[in-house]
Amino acid sequence: MQSRSVLGYGAAALGALALTLFVGWWQVDGPGAPVPDDGRPLPLTVMEFELTDHEGRSVEPDTLVGSPSMVFFGFTYCPDVCPTTLADISGWLDALEGDAEQLNVVFITVDPERDNVDAMAEYVGYFHPAIRGWTGPEQQIALAVEGFRATYEKVPTESGDYTMNHTASVFLFDAQGRFVTTIDYHEPREFALPKIRRAMNEKDAEGAT
Amino acid sequence: MKYTIHATCSVLMLPFMLATSAMAGSADVVVENAWARASIGTSRPGAAYMEVHNAGDEPVMLTGLLTDLAMRPEVHRTATDEQGVSSMSPAGDIVIAPGETIALEPGGLHAMLMQLQRPMEEGESFSMTLTFSDGGETTVEVPILGIAARGPED
Ligand SMILES: [Cu+2]
Repeated sequence: MQSRSVLGYGAAALGALALTLFVGWWQVDGPGAPVPDDGRPLPLTVMEFELTDHEGRSVEPDTLVGSPSMVFFGFTYCPDVCPTTLADISGWLDALEGDAEQLNVVFITVDPERDNVDAMAEYVGYFHPAIRGWTGPEQQIALAVEGFRATYEKVPTESGDYTMNHTASVFLFDAQGRFVTTIDYHEPREFALPKIRRAMNEKDAEGAT
Repeated sequence: MKYTIHATCSVLMLPFMLATSAMAGSADVVVENAWARASIGTSRPGAAYMEVHNAGDEPVMLTGLLTDLAMRPEVHRTATDEQGVSSMSPAGDIVIAPGETIALEPGGLHAMLMQLQRPMEEGESFSMTLTFSDGGETTVEVPILGIAARGPED
């Protein structure tokens, strides 16, 4: 009886080990890769959400695959960080001149309650024409935020309104949809352009191999 | 562009200065490089930025803002944590040490203009009064730049 249960445990342990190994393979080299949950944004090819751009077109993460992308979260009722980020990005795009056309640049709202398609269209219209504004149902926004490993939170204000806390970093992806790096909010501006160029050049590196 | 109010230098202010010489602190406050972004209509809050310099030899405490442009003007602070998450909250009273300058600038302190009474139109300006704990006030004219402005020079 006792030896049988020991054998049983042994088999269970072996089974668990095999499962662990299998799961490890699946995640690292197998079809489950690459979905490492180390806090890094998922590849765009693995994310799943469906939103609407400021011209009313249906968009999803795959829409961005094929060109390098710059994506960030915000909301149009944001008086400080968001217009500053949009203005910074507009400046970077101006500096890239013609190369800017190769980039997808997307501003995803975390406040779909107030930021409908029309609000997004009006708002992005004040910045560089390459910037697209995406909005959609709250649940789809949540999926997008989750995919980028970003966060957002609605915070009531004293005046009875609300504001949104949100990740203010700009996410860079290469043309294959792989996450490259972020440009953090307080980073000196001179670091931004080389990072953007890096994301744009990953495509060439891939093509060469 | 420099929009400077020297509360101490104005000849017109002289009678007031004599009457209020007790408030030596805030009389030495100089506001420079004020600017704001234009708004889209009045439903969204606006933001204004400036540098507030204490040219005197005692600390002053900035306690509030007044302007007919917004029902609730308030000094706010934006903070961005290690995860890159930005949040914004009222900054409370702000002490400016003698000789120090505090900057209201994008991503840090800002004059949050809640409940706009009229749209903030690019090319126009509005006046804003900073109030201090000693009862003194400094009024500055804030030029309104474009929505995509990044600083007072844009
Ligand atoms: Cu604010």
